[in-house]
Amino acid sequence: MSDIETKDAVYVTDQLIADDIDAYLVSHEHKTMLRFITCGSVDDGKSTLIGRMLYDSKMIFEDQLDALSADSKKVGTQGQEIDFALLVDGLAAEREQGITIDVAYRFFNTEKRKFIVADCPGHEQYTRNMVTGASTADLAVILIDARKGVLVQTRRHSYLCHLIGIKNIVLAVNKMDLVDYDEAVFDAIVKDYTEFASSIGIESFTAMPISGFKGDNITTLSENTPWYKGPKYPGITLVEHLETVEVLSSVDADKPFRMPVQWVNRPNLDFRGFSGLIATGGVKAGDKIRVLPSGKTSTITRVVTFDGDLDEAVAGQSVTVCFEDEIDCSRGSVISVADNPPQTADQFDATFVWLADEALIPGRAYWLKLGTQMVSATVQEPKYTVNVNTMEHMAAKTLELNAIGVAELTTDKQIVFEAYADNRTLGGFILIDKMTNATVAAGMINFSLRRSQNVHWQAVDIDRRQHANLKNQKPAVLWFTGLSGSGKSTIANLVEKKLHRMNRHTFLLDGDNVRHGLNKDLGFTEADRIENIRRVGEVAKLMTDGGLIVITAFISPFQADREMVRSMLPEGEFIEVFIDTPLKVAEARDVKGLYKKARSGELKNFTGIDSPYEAPRNPEVRIDTTVLSPEDAANLIVDTLLGDA
Amino acid sequence: MKTLTHLDRLEAEAIHIIREVVAEADKPVMLYSVGKDSAVMLHLARKAFYPSPPPFPLLHVDTTWKFKAMYELRDKMAQDSGMDLLVYQNPEAAEKGINPFDHGALHTDMWKTEGLKQALDKYGFDAAFGGARRDEEKSRAKERIFSFRTSSHGWDPKNQRPELWNLYNARKAKGESIRVFPISNWTELDIWQYIHLNDIPIVPLYFAGVRPTVERDGMLLMVDDDRFPLQPGEEPVMRSIRFRTLGCYPLTGAVESTASTLPEVIQETLLTTTSERQGRAIDKDAGGAGMEVKKQQGYF
Repeated sequence: MSDIETKDAVYVTDQLIADDIDAYLVSHEHKTMLRFITCGSVDDGKSTLIGRMLYDSKMIFEDQLDALSADSKKVGTQGQEIDFALLVDGLAAEREQGITIDVAYRFFNTEKRKFIVADCPGHEQYTRNMVTGASTADLAVILIDARKGVLVQTRRHSYLCHLIGIKNIVLAVNKMDLVDYDEAVFDAIVKDYTEFASSIGIESFTAMPISGFKGDNITTLSENTPWYKGPKYPGITLVEHLETVEVLSSVDADKPFRMPVQWVNRPNLDFRGFSGLIATGGVKAGDKIRVLPSGKTSTITRVVTFDGDLDEAVAGQSVTVCFEDEIDCSRGSVISVADNPPQTADQFDATFVWLADEALIPGRAYWLKLGTQMVSATVQEPKYTVNVNTMEHMAAKTLELNAIGVAELTTDKQIVFEAYADNRTLGGFILIDKMTNATVAAGMINFSLRRSQNVHWQAVDIDRRQHANLKNQKPAVLWFTGLSGSGKSTIANLVEKKLHRMNRHTFLLDGDNVRHGLNKDLGFTEADRIENIRRVGEVAKLMTDGGLIVITAFISPFQADREMVRSMLPEGEFIEVFIDTPLKVAEARDVKGLYKKARSGELKNFTGIDSPYEAPRNPEVRIDTTVLSPEDAANLIVDTLLGDA
Repeated sequence: MKTLTHLDRLEAEAIHIIREVVAEADKPVMLYSVGKDSAVMLHLARKAFYPSPPPFPLLHVDTTWKFKAMYELRDKMAQDSGMDLLVYQNPEAAEKGINPFDHGALHTDMWKTEGLKQALDKYGFDAAFGGARRDEEKSRAKERIFSFRTSSHGWDPKNQRPELWNLYNARKAKGESIRVFPISNWTELDIWQYIHLNDIPIVPLYFAGVRPTVERDGMLLMVDDDRFPLQPGEEPVMRSIRFRTLGCYPLTGAVESTASTLPEVIQETLLTTTSERQGRAIDKDAGGAGMEVKKQQGYF
């Protein structure tokens, strides 16, 4: 069928399986697991190397091999021989292109371990896929074509692996057969790479001369590279190395105990347990713990599992724990060892990898998920971005697809965190677009910014409740949103007049008026519009603290920004009033002549014309101005506010 | 300190995923096909929420053509786990009398693909656990653990959310749903070993037994009931067989075997040289991309 050499001894467990299946099962049961990624450029032979490891460990079956052999003849690049790459490259679209465009996961076993391989692309555009594959890896295999040496891609892949915190890096100098197994070629590549690695902070790596195609130094030391075992190099095979390096979960087990709470388990009044995956450290009955962010302490009474209570559980295990005391603890809380808890903060310096086609909008509110915490967060303009080919820092206004940059991150409430370098679970996060729900970025917390801690909140004696009581009303924000010319200002004015007649203390914040003063430094770009709304939201919030009913009339076209203001206010105090006037009606009115200007191109970024309007999905009040008169609309809004609707 | 084995880690990962879905989805459901992967999934769900029963129902999208022994185990397991069992049969397929003997690929389309979509729409489930594994088939190797489906249940392999660390983004718009695969990283051997170590009940057909069979198009089929139309000259023959995978009985090929215990089954599995899905007709359509095309249409 092919001239692939027969399997190496390390995998040959067939005899044991045939002779004593029970003994084999016992040995398999005790295997540990290593996750690693392979990265290399398009022609470095990555898929071939993975294909060989699968083949050698019997993860390829005869029927698959038959199909492979047929495919190899049809579209393969190895002539009549088996093209392992075809086995590894999955989706139809990419088979036609002949490149790997996504992360694919493969599995194989040796006598000591189970392996999960994330096959990562070498293609320029796919930083996001590599970072994804690297995020769960214990180790990275960086492939180099011996004929080409350290390339730009090699640097990029190494940088990304280092960025994501992979400590075990294997430099696999592949295709040694094509350079006649020349020691000098290998030496030169190792020297080059050593210089580069130390320049970006990689402390150590393991270099190996291999041939994925011929099988040199994969499972057995090759006779073709006698110089590999000696004073200069350790002479360890790739598989032997993979079988013996320390896995992350055992590193994490030595750190202080932390477990993000996923779910509160309460089947009946007698049982209250907190379920989660232990991120670091271990836990057992009798341990003193602290729940963050509340800071309350208690003692562990039980570590519960389906298979019975455990004496001890460690990092990497999913468990349910019970406390001695009834203290507050829910999804998003972090249970920690009592005397060495993680911190909480709401401002951070963080490194971002941008994963979406839509660039970062500084100041826009995104969902941030860290562990089991989900909060609203904003990102400032980047301090710099990193050119992943040259490692240079560059100035940037935003982060685009595949960009890596450092920026300030602000969350709308305090979150429990640790630096990513200390704890991947409490330091790594994703950002989610509030409109599309797409995962737009991965982030790693570098450190918290102490700014907000130093500006302490000044406690005042007369609080918002007392302000409101004196005015004998419940404060609220009536947030009008709608197209330009929809009738927001007209109706808002009527509403304020009605409330005023009813002895309510009100204040109307009008879009145009605010732009003459407080926000006169802002233009109409997306970022400026967000800042405009943020400031208005903060002002409205201060006024409600003073007990006022605030009426705002701003186009406020973006759902995410309106939601940002909603989240600033206590539940029930944000009343979204959607003045629903179809574009063609508003444009026909064109009270200020703005649509005409926008259509002629005189006005840029005009909502409804060349900038989108995101209609509210569930406004508290919707006013259809094609049906309701301004007077009727105002009555309906006042009734809703006062609870008479 | 305890060293975690690969099965410890796979189990912990799956439990973590199942709990995340329950915490973040509005109305989750577990698809239950009664096969060995489903058996493991159900067991993991019970572990995830113990001492509570799993807070979601089981959904069996039934084709009416499963093996009798599967229906028996299905009902027993639902009862043992304390979970609700929903059984859905596509009424249109029932009405038209769609069956695997006369309708070929249409049988799978109508009963399984369409049936699943209809069931999810009917109950309004926004997250469905499935037992697919990445080692089963090439296009699955690249599927995410959380796989997003449009409101028409389509899957777009180019438009999946990146999954970093163990952070899963379960947010979605109204009408969209997610398919979640907690045992993505398990291999067939892991499944068998886990069943062995945890003593999980599975359908007896996985073990060898003497059963009535006919050989057709190179496949060994079991005559499970009298709906099986025998062709002229065909006579059921008693053979010692077992199944590596279970589906509709007229579409599922058996292997001749004497393996009657789990270790023997595992032994046979490990020493065999053909892949698991080979016994199923479904992967062979549309060339090498069969499963990928099916998935884009909404097949699990």
